[in-house]
Amino acid sequence: MAVTTANKVMVKEMSWDPITRIVGSLGIHTEIDFSNRQVLKCYSTSMIFRGFDIFMKGIDPRDAHFITSRICGICGDNHCTCSCLNQNMAYGVKPPKLGDLAFNLAETADYIFDHAIYNDCMANVDFCEQMVKETNPSLLAKAEQTAAPGRDIHGHKTIADIMRALNPFTGEFYLETLHVARYTREMYCLFGGRHTHPSTIMPGGCSADITHQTCTDYYVRLMRYFDYVKRSVPMHDDLYDFFLQELPGYDMVGYRETNLVNWGSFDDPDYVDYDYRHMTDWGRRRYITPGVAIGGELISTDLVEINLMIRILLGSSYFDGWQNEPTFVTHDPLGNPVDKNHPWNKVTLPRPQKRDFTDKYTWVVSPRMFDKRTGAHVCCDTGGGPFARQWCTAKAGVVDFGYAKATGHSIQMVLPRSPKLPEMELEWQVPEKSNAIERDRARTYHQAYSALIALHNLERAIKEVQAGRTKSWNSFKVPEDAVSVGFHEAARGVLSHHMVIREGKIANYQPYPPTPWNASPRDVYGTPGPYEDAVQNTPLFEENGPDNFKGIDIMRAVRSFDPCLPCGVHMYTGTGRVRKVTHTPTAMA
Amino acid sequence: MASTAYAEQSKTEAVTAHVLWMTTGLSCEGDSVAMTSATNPSLEDIILQAIPGMPKVIVHNQVIDYAVGQEYAQAWFDAEAGKLDPFVLCIEGSLGNEEINGDGHWTGFAVNPSNGQPITMNEWMDRLAPKAAAVVAIGTCATYGGIPAMKNNPTGAMGVPDYLGWSWKSKAGLPVICIPGCPAQPDNMTEVLLYLALHLAGLAPAPELDEALRPKWLFGRTVRESCNRAGFAEQGDFATEYGSDHRCLIKLGCKGPVVKCNVPVRGWVNGIGGCPNVGGICMACTMPGFPDKFMPFMDEDKYGAMAANVIKFSYGPIVRYFRMRNIRREYDVEPEWRRRSSTLSSGYAKRW
Repeated sequence: MAVTTANKVMVKEMSWDPITRIVGSLGIHTEIDFSNRQVLKCYSTSMIFRGFDIFMKGIDPRDAHFITSRICGICGDNHCTCSCLNQNMAYGVKPPKLGDLAFNLAETADYIFDHAIYNDCMANVDFCEQMVKETNPSLLAKAEQTAAPGRDIHGHKTIADIMRALNPFTGEFYLETLHVARYTREMYCLFGGRHTHPSTIMPGGCSADITHQTCTDYYVRLMRYFDYVKRSVPMHDDLYDFFLQELPGYDMVGYRETNLVNWGSFDDPDYVDYDYRHMTDWGRRRYITPGVAIGGELISTDLVEINLMIRILLGSSYFDGWQNEPTFVTHDPLGNPVDKNHPWNKVTLPRPQKRDFTDKYTWVVSPRMFDKRTGAHVCCDTGGGPFARQWCTAKAGVVDFGYAKATGHSIQMVLPRSPKLPEMELEWQVPEKSNAIERDRARTYHQAYSALIALHNLERAIKEVQAGRTKSWNSFKVPEDAVSVGFHEAARGVLSHHMVIREGKIANYQPYPPTPWNASPRDVYGTPGPYEDAVQNTPLFEENGPDNFKGIDIMRAVRSFDPCLPCGVHMYTGTGRVRKVTHTPTAMA
Repeated sequence: MASTAYAEQSKTEAVTAHVLWMTTGLSCEGDSVAMTSATNPSLEDIILQAIPGMPKVIVHNQVIDYAVGQEYAQAWFDAEAGKLDPFVLCIEGSLGNEEINGDGHWTGFAVNPSNGQPITMNEWMDRLAPKAAAVVAIGTCATYGGIPAMKNNPTGAMGVPDYLGWSWKSKAGLPVICIPGCPAQPDNMTEVLLYLALHLAGLAPAPELDEALRPKWLFGRTVRESCNRAGFAEQGDFATEYGSDHRCLIKLGCKGPVVKCNVPVRGWVNGIGGCPNVGGICMACTMPGFPDKFMPFMDEDKYGAMAANVIKFSYGPIVRYFRMRNIRREYDVEPEWRRRSSTLSSGYAKRW
C-alpha cells in the first residue's frame, strides 16, 4: 500500500529494450530509486500488432486451428489444440477415446519440452555462473564453498557447479537440455506431426497415424525423460534454496499477491463431451484442475463460472473501445447473461499512435477477472503457467491418477523406475508467496508432473491400440450458427478461444493467450499489470551500482513469468535520466 | 596433401561472420524456436564450428542471447556503423506497411534515442540491408507475407522481397534468400546458414535459387513427389477420414501435389514427424499463395480433386488389383525348393 515519505531520493529512469531469452518482444521501462534499492514504477510495453481477430472474420471456422496456431511460435500447438476443443463444442463432435488421448499426449510432450528449454536455456541463464559473477560476485564465492544437498542424485558437488552447468553453450546441463528439447519435440511430432504448428491436430480428433510403433517411440523417449527430470528437480531445488537462504528477502523478488488464473488442461475422454452445458463437470475432471485464486484463496474451479468472470479492459492500449459496436452474445448456452467486455463481444479496433508512458504505451490489452463479491476487476496472472496450474490443482485436491495425487496443500508424485535411475517420490508444496523463485521452481516440478500425466495417458492409449480401437477422429458438420469456447492451458498459462459462428462463417473469434494477462498494462482503473506489479515489488540485491547496473533482479522477476510477446527494453546504463522526486513506494505491504 | 588442406581451413576458420537474426517482424518467433530443434547442423554445431573450414559464426538472436536490452541491440548499431563485416541479416516475420499508421508502429526493435520511440523493422531494413553480405528471409511471413498478410489484414503486411524488390541484390551480389515454411523446417534453416557461412568464406558457390528465391536443392520437389503416400495416390486409393487410415489424403484437403516443400522426405525433427507422410494434410505453408489461395484447408484442392477422380475411376483400381493379385499369388510365396526334405531341389548338383 502507498506509504508517503517526504525524503528526496535520486531516481533514475531505466529501460531494457529488447528483453532477450523470452519469446516475443517485450519492453520494460522503469524508474529506479538507487538510494533505497527499489523499483518505483514499471511499464510493460509490446510493440507488435498483427490483428488475428480482424482478419479471421468471415473465414471458414474449420480453418481456425491452422490460423490461430500462428499466433505464437513456441505455444502454437496450444492454440491449435484450444481451437480444436472450441470447434468440437461448436460442431457438437466428440472424438473417439484415442483422439482425446492423442491430444493429451501431444500437449504433455509440449509442456515437458517447453518448460525444459525455457527454464534451462533461457530463464536460468540468469542464475548461471557467468551472470552471478557479473552481478553478485560475493554470492558466487559463497556458492563455491556450499555443498549441494542433492549432489548424490544430480552429480554437482557445489552450488557453483550447478551454476557452471547452466552457462550458455558450455554448461553441461544447458547443452543436455538443448538435446532433451529435441527428443521431446520428436515425442510431440509422433501425435502432432510437427512442432510448433501441428499438422495432425484437428477438430473431431487427431489425424496422425497411431500404431503400436507410435506408442513405442513415445514410450522410449518418455522414460529417457524421467532420467533427466529426476536429476533436474533436486538440482533446481538446491539452486533456488541457496538464493533464498543466502539473500534474505529474495522471496520478495517478483512478488505479487496470489491472484491466479488457470483454465485446466488434459481432458479425461471418459467424461468430456465438449458440451458447454456440462463444462462445469468435465472441466473438474481434467488432469490439471481449472481454478481462479483471489488474494490467496481458491474461489472457483467451475469453468462456466470462470468463463463469465472474464473481462477485457482497455486503459493504456492502442485500441478504441467497442461500446457502440453490435453485441454478439447476450446470454451463454446456459442462459447466463454475458458482459459487453467479455471476449465473445469484443471488437478489435486498432488505433496506432505514439508511445506515451503517461497515456497509451502498448499493443497489449488488459484482461481482468470480475469478482462479483466485491465488484473489483482483479488483475490475475498465470505465474508463467506451472505455478498457477499446480497451485489450483493442489488446492482443489481432486486429481488422483496413481502416479500423482492432489492433497489440498500439495501434489504428491511417484516417478517410476527409468533406464538409469530408481523410483523417486516428489512432493510439490503450495508455497506461501507468489514470487520469481517459486515460479521457476514450479516450472521444474511441472516437468515431472506433466511427464506423469503423459505416462498415464500413454498407458490408456496403448490399451486402445491393443484392443484394435485405432479410430482417432469423428466426422462433423459445421452449423449455421454457434457460440463456443475452448479452454486450455498453454505452457505459459491460460488460453481461451471464444468463437461466434453466423451463416456458417466466423463472425467473431477472440483468442486470449497467457501473455495478455501477464504483460497487460495499467487498466482503465489504473491497476498495473502483473509484470508491472511484480517488478514494482522487487527489491534490488544486485551488487552493481547505477553505472554498470544490469537489472538482474528485475530480469529474474520478469522472466519468471515466461513472457511470450514481442516487446522492447532499452537500458540507459549510466546515462539514464536522473530526477528528484518525492517518492511513494507502492505495494510493499 | 592433408597439411595444405588444413592450412586452408585455418585461414577460413579465422573469419568471423555475424548473423543478425531479427524476430521482430510481424512474427510468432516460431522459426527461431524450431531452429533450436535442428540437428543437421544443430545450433551448437554452428556456434562451436563443427564443420571443418567454416568461419566462426556469432548468432545474435533474441530468443537465446545472453545479453539484454541495449547491450544486445548494440550489434545492430555496430552493423550500421560498418563495424561488423561480413554480416548476414535474417528477418523473421512480415513487414507491416508503416506508411499508413500515422505516428504509430506495427512492429519495432530497440528504441530511437532521439525521441524514445520504437525503431520500426522497415527502418532497420533501410539502414542495414545495403550493408549486409546477404539478407535471408526466414519463414513464410518474411518470405511472402504469410498469415499476417491474409485478406482483410489491418497492417498491410508483406514479405522482404516485396519490400526490397524481387530483383534486389546485396552488396555481395546475392538476391534475398528465402527459406519459407510455417515454421520453416528446422534443418532447412541451419543448413542454409551453414552454406552461406561457407560461401562467405569462399568455400562454396552462391546458393542456387528458384524464381521464388528458394534454394533449389531444398524446394525443387513437390510434397507429392516426396510423399510416402504417393503410391496410394497412384493406385487411386484415397483416405476417407482423418486418422490412422494410411492412405493418400488428397480428398481430405491435402495440397501436396502443388506445393514445393521437402518435409515428407526430410521429416520434422531427426526424421520424425511431418505432414501428409504422418497423416496431416499439407496446408501449403511454404507457398507465396499461402494461406488465402489454399483455404478452406480441409476442402480438397480443385485440381487435386480432378486428378484424383480420374485416377480413382480409371487405371488406379486396375493397377491396384493386379499388384495385389501378383503379390498374393507370386511375391508373397516362397520358391518351392525351400522345404524339409531328404532331397536337395535348389538346382545345385550335389557332388558328395
